[in-house]
This record gives sequence, structure tokens and C-alpha cells, in this order.
Amino acid sequence: MIKIDPITLSVLAGRMEQIADEMDATLFRAAFNPIIAEAHDASHGLYHARTGDTLVQGKSGLPIFVGVMAFAVRAVIEKAAKDGDLADGDIYIFNDAHIGGTHLSDMRLVRPYYRDGKLFCYLASVGHWHDVGGAVPGNYNPAATDVFQEAFVLPPVKLARAGVINQDIIDILLRNTRLPQSAMGDLNGQLGALDLGIKRMDELLDEYGGDTVAAALDALGHRAEALMRSELKELPDGRWEAEDFLDNDGIVDEPLAIKVALEIKGDQMTLDFTGSAPQCAGPVNIALPTTVATAYVAVKHIFPTLPANAGVMRPINVIVPEGSLLSAEFPAPTGGYTETILRMIDVVFSAFAKAAPTRVVANAYGTINALSIAGKRANGQPWVMFSFYGGGHGGSVETDGLNHGNAPISTATIPPMEILEAAYPVMFRTWGLRADSGGHGAHRGGVGAIYEIEVLEENGAEAFLFGERGKFAPKGIADGQDAAMNVFSYEQDDGWKNPPLVSKMRGIKLRQGQGVRLETPGGGGYGPVSERAARDIARDVARGLVSADAADQTYGTDWREVAS
Amino acid sequence: MSKRMIGVDVGGTFTDVFVLNENDGTATVAKVPTTRPDQSGGFLDGIKREVDDLRDVSVVVHGTTAGTNALLERKGAKTGVICTSGLRDVLEMRRRDRPRTWGLRGNFDPVVDRRNRLEVPERTLADGSIRTKVDLDAVRAAAQTLQSDGCEAVAILFANAYANPANEAAAVALVREIWPNAHVSASHEILPEIREFERFSTTALNAYLQPEISGYLGRLETALRDGGFDGEFMIVQSNGGVMAVETACQLPVRTALSGPAAGVIAAGYIAGSAGFDNVITGDMGGTSFDVSLIHNGQSILSPQTSIDFGMVVRTPMIEITTIGAGGGSIAWVDKGGLLNIGPQSAGSNPGPVAYGLGNDRPTVTDANVVLGRIDPDNPIGGKLERLDVEAASNAIDIHVGTPLGLTTLQAAEAILTVANSRMAGAIRLVGIERGFDPKRFVFMPFGGGGALHAGAMLAQTGIARAIVPRYPGVTSAMGCVIADMRQDFVQTINTLVATLDEDALARFMQSHVDQGITLLDASRTKFDSRVLSFELDMAYIGQTHTVSVPIDVAVTGSRVVVPTKMQIEAAFDVAYEATFGRLLSGGVRRILNLRSAVTGKRPKFDLASLAPIGEGSVAAVSHRRVHFGTQWHETAIYDRLNLPVGAVIKGPAILTQPDTTVLIEPELQGRVDAFGNTIIEQQEGAV
Repeated sequence: MIKIDPITLSVLAGRMEQIADEMDATLFRAAFNPIIAEAHDASHGLYHARTGDTLVQGKSGLPIFVGVMAFAVRAVIEKAAKDGDLADGDIYIFNDAHIGGTHLSDMRLVRPYYRDGKLFCYLASVGHWHDVGGAVPGNYNPAATDVFQEAFVLPPVKLARAGVINQDIIDILLRNTRLPQSAMGDLNGQLGALDLGIKRMDELLDEYGGDTVAAALDALGHRAEALMRSELKELPDGRWEAEDFLDNDGIVDEPLAIKVALEIKGDQMTLDFTGSAPQCAGPVNIALPTTVATAYVAVKHIFPTLPANAGVMRPINVIVPEGSLLSAEFPAPTGGYTETILRMIDVVFSAFAKAAPTRVVANAYGTINALSIAGKRANGQPWVMFSFYGGGHGGSVETDGLNHGNAPISTATIPPMEILEAAYPVMFRTWGLRADSGGHGAHRGGVGAIYEIEVLEENGAEAFLFGERGKFAPKGIADGQDAAMNVFSYEQDDGWKNPPLVSKMRGIKLRQGQGVRLETPGGGGYGPVSERAARDIARDVARGLVSADAADQTYGTDWREVAS
Repeated sequence: MSKRMIGVDVGGTFTDVFVLNENDGTATVAKVPTTRPDQSGGFLDGIKREVDDLRDVSVVVHGTTAGTNALLERKGAKTGVICTSGLRDVLEMRRRDRPRTWGLRGNFDPVVDRRNRLEVPERTLADGSIRTKVDLDAVRAAAQTLQSDGCEAVAILFANAYANPANEAAAVALVREIWPNAHVSASHEILPEIREFERFSTTALNAYLQPEISGYLGRLETALRDGGFDGEFMIVQSNGGVMAVETACQLPVRTALSGPAAGVIAAGYIAGSAGFDNVITGDMGGTSFDVSLIHNGQSILSPQTSIDFGMVVRTPMIEITTIGAGGGSIAWVDKGGLLNIGPQSAGSNPGPVAYGLGNDRPTVTDANVVLGRIDPDNPIGGKLERLDVEAASNAIDIHVGTPLGLTTLQAAEAILTVANSRMAGAIRLVGIERGFDPKRFVFMPFGGGGALHAGAMLAQTGIARAIVPRYPGVTSAMGCVIADMRQDFVQTINTLVATLDEDALARFMQSHVDQGITLLDASRTKFDSRVLSFELDMAYIGQTHTVSVPIDVAVTGSRVVVPTKMQIEAAFDVAYEATFGRLLSGGVRRILNLRSAVTGKRPKFDLASLAPIGEGSVAAVSHRRVHFGTQWHETAIYDRLNLPVGAVIKGPAILTQPDTTVLIEPELQGRVDAFGNTIIEQQEGAV
């Protein structure tokens, strides 16, 4: 292996990151479905030829994919080794979440990149398709008890052999989706992104030579590892634990523990999830690759400037107990994986806060609140309004938390109210901030939101919710207080009701003029309430973000002496 | 008497003035320090330096960063909001985003405090039907409350006002009766387009800027008039067109990117005159490198931008991509041993280490100084006596050389290599994002530092030649004189093509044309011609991203003849296929918005009038050592403005002028074209 000078390394690091970014941009532009085009629920990168480790990943893809794609590539490496027929121009495709992580909606394409007849690395593309079969359009089935009720399952197979597309695979795919046109558009976009990646890699290797680029990739991994180790060395040695709970799995109303023991020793860290609940019946299970990738997301939020490659994870040991809901076995359902990984991030932050409170923020709101309202119009045409809703972010050593942010695992924005009202027979009575929902502390957590939605359609409608944090509040850190919990209510002829499973319910019947109300959690507080400045308390009360009563009870009445 | 047209661009450090004599086409330029906080001082100083009597001036056009600065520094007026009940937090909730992907830190305060956002009973539905008529007593009470709380400006923000403005119009009419000043903005007037956050944000920011900007422009106009100026005073908008000062006072949010837009307009015109229709511009300032793309002579417009996190302005603006790599960007080695440039910057104050104003961390400019590319004895701008080369060398040694085991010169070259590679990355990305190959473009550096890096950009992006304008340091001021007068209009239609109400579409088009023509008529500027253009934002049903569909519309007199549904469908198919490569068989076409633009083409001046006259001189004025690659080269220095048309200077060479240094690297040559531009390209015979 040749030694690479630091200047060429800086230049190549930027060039390769740009290749992955360009692959992202190509798919975002070409994708038909808004989950990729608008919410950027996709990712691209370069992966190690032998280990599948992430070498370079695009900056604009979904955060959770940064760690999970290595598993997809590894699955392909194993499959190719078993079959013994890997060739230049092959493209593998699959969505099996138990092998590749996340959920079945994410279609993964993996393509070997050859240079001078030799395997150099892999390129991969993942994107969230609009529909891949299963019991519920869009694959979000809160009552699923196995993967077959969630979607069509495709194991790693060859979509292309030595450059020739196998039309049989495309025919199978398109026969298994409710939206073949959308699926074909997304598939074309992903193939286009991979083609572009190959072209750019050829140009880069022509310019710098394969040995130099290989040496750079190697050096970037070592560098990321060195950066991570130097960060860990600055932290105190010790072992810290944190535990939190999911409300229930949507089927049985029992809390499910998510537990972590975080240990730092010199320049190494262990995240041990032993003690987490066993595999459950409903779709809040996650597969092992998702768990490891989530640990990566949590680590990257704590050390945001570290590069996105596998070197970062070398000093980190992730222990996942067998038989737990964090290493669910095929065919356990995994469609609600978002709720579980949000709780994992929460416990890692809570444990880390005990080691170095200034390095993390308090828990964010911790649920995506997938709400759909559906019905039929007077002319018989069906409609489904489906969206995720926001909440508060945690306070930090610097500032109060952000009001109404997006989930830590995503960067997706919410559709505008007017777009929803124009597309569906609904009206938002309220689209506002939720007072008294941020956790109190020296720096208050950001507040959550209140969305109240009225059905305008004379045929009425049905509502479905998959949410969390209805029984266990987002946690404060460094003696900050917890935030308010999620509250979901729906209007019936005899008044407002709450679901028995708190934040999960199917088939709520609504008449014209009746509504549902979602009050989302805020973020946890940072630091003790005794350290909150009186003028900040007075300003919160003046702005109506904290009620005067709550301020008096939490902070005492000294703030009343201060002008806001 | 010979009349003069004047362009004035006020930047962070300098105020540039470009004066064109309309009779003989000659031009002069002036550069004076920008005055703060009131920029009008430098503005008038600059003009007076070139013009004795303001009665000789026919037109003054101003590109300004006053709006951008007021937004970034949160220096706007105390503003109130009156909005639909249940929606007072839309401004604060944004589109549920966050400041940075990783880290989850940071928060957001909107420009209007929650205390000053008041709700009133009223509701319009998405189909335009009014569910709750506006309660005008509540509106009056809200306006009075905001006034007594000290608000200077107010924004009226009602749900679905794009679909039916009746409630909002009634409310704003009432507020205007009782509000003590003209600073009242209504969302359906500013942006009658679906998407409440974007509309509310743009309207609230407009209100927030109104007192500040109208006060500033008013002071300027008064001072001009007091000096005897009797011509037209106009302001550059973010879309690259100009508007009358009265319009700017009503719509200050349209000046958000006024200054940079003028630069791109000038760049397009200069390159076009020189025979290049496809241009990538690179404006290198103290803290950033701004890249913009011109295709077939047209700059690319983007529909909106975020001035800062959560501060969205939706109004057409020239698309400019910014990366944090300017002359003042700081070079540093991270814990993993990698050399980085920026995003931290020493800006222009304290500026590079060589300025000796207190910064001790090395910048890109310091590397250029140490390598001999910038003359330490004649610093640009004339504020400093001399640059401190030794201090720059020491800083590079300490922060880059020693950690990486490099000599001072190697470390300085390394800083430029990494900075150039980031700048080249931005050029590649701007081309690629639009689906263009940068190799088909020419590169035009402007601003103070860009021309030092032109050769590196050619080497790294595969672009064949760079064109350095004759006066790169005053490009934005020149753009002010060149820009056309342009007004943009938008109206959400939101219908399937099949159910389109053609009469309603015709009324909207006619209303846009009438408003635009009225503004052109009111201006006292000469126009060579008037151009009307219309686009529909369209998509297939189920698709979120729309395609801009240009519509050919016949206009007889000033009456528009509305296109038929079939014509609209055909135009959509052409635009859709050009964007996505194929049509969707059986797809249902829908129309979201109408966008109209009314442009008055202003007379252009002949850039040849700026060209050098006479023999000039091709003799070097001096020599000095400049470092390229691994060695020093004895390098000839030329007085750029004295080089005659047709002169060819082979690299290595440096061309100097008061505000810019042009570097011609070994293997390259600089050729003076008929307009006095320098074309940098491979030496003839070289490969």
C-alpha cells in the first residue's frame, strides 16, 4: 500500500464525498415518489470491497442510513461468495429488513465497482418506495404480527448480470406493488444514480490512479478512527446506565424496556443493550442491523463533526442481547422501527449525559406520530391523508431546545397545512405550539405542537394513529425535568375520547364536523430549574409558552419581580 | 449636456460606483469605504467623487445589502402579526426543520415575538369558500393593541388567502385606515401563493424590513434630490431586475439578494458581449465564494431562499451557491491530521494575518501573500501601507507546516490546493445539479480575489478558458446600470387542466400585465422594448414537484389572449419531457401556479467603450519572485489597464490593477480581447 500525503488526502476526501452527494442529487431529482423527492428518504455511498464497511457516504441522505447500508453490502458479499459468480456489471436488489435493516419499504441496490478487472469497492443506493405490497397501502400496518402482513419480501437477488438487466425481476417487483409507475420511476432513479457513481469513480481513478485512491480510502478510515479515539480519550472512564420504555407494541398493553449500559475505557466505548425487552408480537421490533446503525446515529449526534465512515465505529463495541426486540428474528414485524430507534437514541443520550452532560442535548419528543385520516368522497373516490408530526427538541448547555423540530433520525419537513387542506377534505382548527410541554430546567426543552384537524367530508372518515411517548415522558438531563407526554384525543357524539393504547389506534370513526387532536411532547430540560434566569422565565410566561401557574410551581415566584 | 447613468453597489467593505456617460459611452469607476451604520454617507461620497453636478445624472441604480444585513443582524422594526385563529405560531413552527442535521443543537426566534402575534376570528377554506367571515372589530382591537405595544409595522396573515383574499383584504383595508404609517403588509398582496409558512414568512419579513429600508432609501433619495438630482432612482431586486424606489419601499423583501444579483447580471452581459453564452461566475470575497450559472445568456432563478435558519423569503431570485472559502477563510489541521479551509473566517476585519489587525491564524490570502502572488507593497483597496509577509509565514508554519511536517512554502501551496479543490467542487456541483457539464462553460471570476484562482479552476474542472472582466472589482455596480426593469407576479390556481376556469386564468394574467405595465409607465426610464412572459407550475396529479411550463401568450395591445387547454397540455408535455425524459401515459395534468413577468428592456451600452484605447504598453513594469508548484519563478508584472487590445501575455505573469490581481500561471496565457477583458487559456502550442 502506498503512503498518501495529507494534501492529496484532503482533496480526495472532498472529491469522493461529492460523488456520493451527486448520487443523492441524481435520485432526488429523478424519483417520482415524494418520500424520496421531498423527504430525502434515501442514501448513497461507497463501501469496502471485502468487509462492506462504509467508506464514504453522501451528506444529504437520511441519517439512519449512514450506518445501515454496510449491512446491505455485507449481505450481498455473503450471497456472492456463496454463489461464486460475482461479475463486473452485476446489480443486486433486495428489501429484506432482517438482513439489511430498517423496514421493507427501503429498496436497496448494490453494485460492485471493478477497476482493471479487479473488484475495487461497492456502490449502493437505498430509497423508500411508496408501496411494496402487504396488507396496508404504504406498508404501515400497526397490527402486523409478521413481515408478510407488512410487505412483499425480496431477498438479495441479481437485478443485472454482467451489465444485462434481468427483466423477470422487474416484472415480479411491479406485480407486487399498488403503484407500479412510482416503483419503476424510483428504480430508474436508483439505477441512474449508480451509473453516475461508476462514471465518476472512473474519472477519479483515471486522474489519481487506483492505488492512490485505495490508499486514501484506507487513510480516511484510520483518520476517522483516530478522531473517535481522541474524542473518547478526553472523556472520563466509567460505566453509566439508562433505561426508558416504549408504551406498548400496539397489540398487548405492556411497557417494553430499552436499556443501555455505556462504558468508556481509555479510547474505547461499549454500548450494551442487555436488559432490553424480549422480541414482541407487534411491529416495534427491529433487526440487528438497525440496532447497530442506530448506535451509529446516536454517536454521530454526540460527535457531529466526525466523518461518515466505518472508522468511527471501530473503537465502539455494540452488545445486543439475543432474543430481544433489538435483534428480532425473521419473520417478526418491523414496520414501526422508528419508535424503537428513537427510544434507543434517547437512552444513549441519557447515559452519556451522566458521563459528560455538556456533550449531549436532553431527549427530543421521541415519536413520529404517524397519523392517517382516510375516507371516501361523495363521488366514491377514496382519499388518505398520511403524515408525521413534529415536537420539541431537548435543551442543551448553550440554549433552550428548538420548538417544533423533526425527529433525530430524519431530516424530513412537514407538508404545509394549505397543501393538505387543498388535497383532502379536512381543516386544521389549530396548528400551533403547545404551552407547558417543554421540560423545565436551566435551559428549557423546546415545546411540542397542537394539531387539531376537523373532517369536512359529509361521508365522515376513519383515523389511524401510530405514536409513542403517551406513558413515558421524554427525559431531561443534568437534573433538567421531563417534558409533557403525547396526548391523542378524538371527538365523538358524546365528547372527546382517548385511545385505550394511548397513542396507537385503528379505525376511529369520525363524522363530518368531528375532529382529532394531537398534542405532541416537548423536549427534556437541561440543568436544574434553580439555575434558570428569572428573565427567561418571565419571557416564557409573557409569550405564553409556560403558564404562570406552572412557572410559580416549578421555579418559585421570583420571576414576577422581573420585567420580561 | 451629457447625461450620466450611475450604478452604486454597497458591499461590506467598499462602496463601488460605476458612472456611464450616455453620450460618448465612456465609463469611470470609483471605490470608497462603506460607511456604517448608515450606508448613505459612502453612497453619496462615491457619486460625488465622479460627478460634480447631480443635475447631470439621469439615472441612479442601487444594489444594496441593507435588506440582507437587517435580516441577518435582526435589525428590522418591531413588528406585529394579525392572523387566523389557531395559526399564530406558523412563523415559529416553520416547516418542522432543524438548524443542522447532526447534533440537535440550536433554536429559533422568529422576527415577530409571540406576544405580538394576535389571532382574530376568520376562516377561508382551501376551495376559497368563506367559512367564518372576518370579525373586523377583533381586527381593529388587535391593530390597536399592537400599536400601543410599540409595533412600527404589521403583517396580516390569513389562511388560504391565496384562494380567496376577501377576508384578508377587508382586514388590511381597515388596518390601513387606522395604522399611523404605511408599513402594513398583507399576505395575498405580497405572495398570493399556496403554502402558508412560506407566504407568512415572506410577508412578515417584508413588514419587518419596511421601516428600515424605506427610511434608508428615503434618506438617499432626499440627499440626491437636495443635490439637484432630477432623474430616476431605482433599486436592484433579487431577481436581477430593477424596480422604482417607491416599489422597493413597499416590497423591501425583494431586495434580499440585490447586491450579488447585480454582479451576475453584469457577468452575463460581459461574457455574452465577448461571445460566451454559457458562463459559471465565481465571486470570491472575504468569507465566501459565490458561484452562479448562466445558460444560453439566462441566469437561473430559484423560487426562494433562506436568509438564515427559519427566515424563508419566497420571491424569484438569481440562484447563487455559496461555500465558505473566501480570502479570509482560516486554514487549520484537525485532530485526525487533515488540512481544512473554513468555515471559520477572519473576514476583512481583522482579516488575514498579513493585515496585522489582530488575527494570528493563517488564511487563504496569507498563502497567496507568502507565495508572492499578492504584492505586499501595494495592498488592494489602499487601506494598509504594506502587508506583513513574515507574520503570515509564521502563522502558516505554526498552524499548518509544523503539524503536517511541511516547509512554509509547501504548507502555503497546500492551503491553496485544498481551497482550490473546494472552490472547484462548488463549480462542479452547480453545473451538475442543473444537469450541465461544466466543460461547456467559461469561468468568470470577479470580486477582489477570484482572478488569483482562475488557473486552478481551469485545471481542476476541465473548463477551457476563464474571462476576467476589465473591472472585476466593480462588476456589481456595473450590473446596476445594465439590469432591465422587471416585475414578477404569482397566483395559485390549483386546478386540473380539465377543470380549468379559462376566464379566471385570463383575468389573473391581465391583472399581472396591467400592474406590470403601470409600473413601467410610471418610471421615467427609457425602454428599448417590453417583454411579457408567463409560466405555469404544473405536474401530474400525485406528484409534488412541479415543472415550470413556459406558455406562449398572444398579446394584442396590452390585452392577453388566454391559451386553450390543449395548448397548455401540449406545452406541459414539452416541458415535462425535457425535464424527466419521458411522459406518463394516462397521467392527469394539473396546474398549481401562474407566474408572470413584465420586463422593460433598458438600453444597453457598448462594452467596447470600456476597452483600452491606443498603443498602451506590453512591457513589464517590474519583476518579482512568485512560487508555483515546487519552485520560485521570476515573474513579470504588468499594468493590466495599460495593456492594449490583442496583447498576449504568457505565464508566469501577474497583471495588476487597483482592485484586483490577475494571476497567469506557467503554461497559461492572458489575451486582451476587444472589450479589455483578459481571456486566460492554454498557451498556443502548449498541450
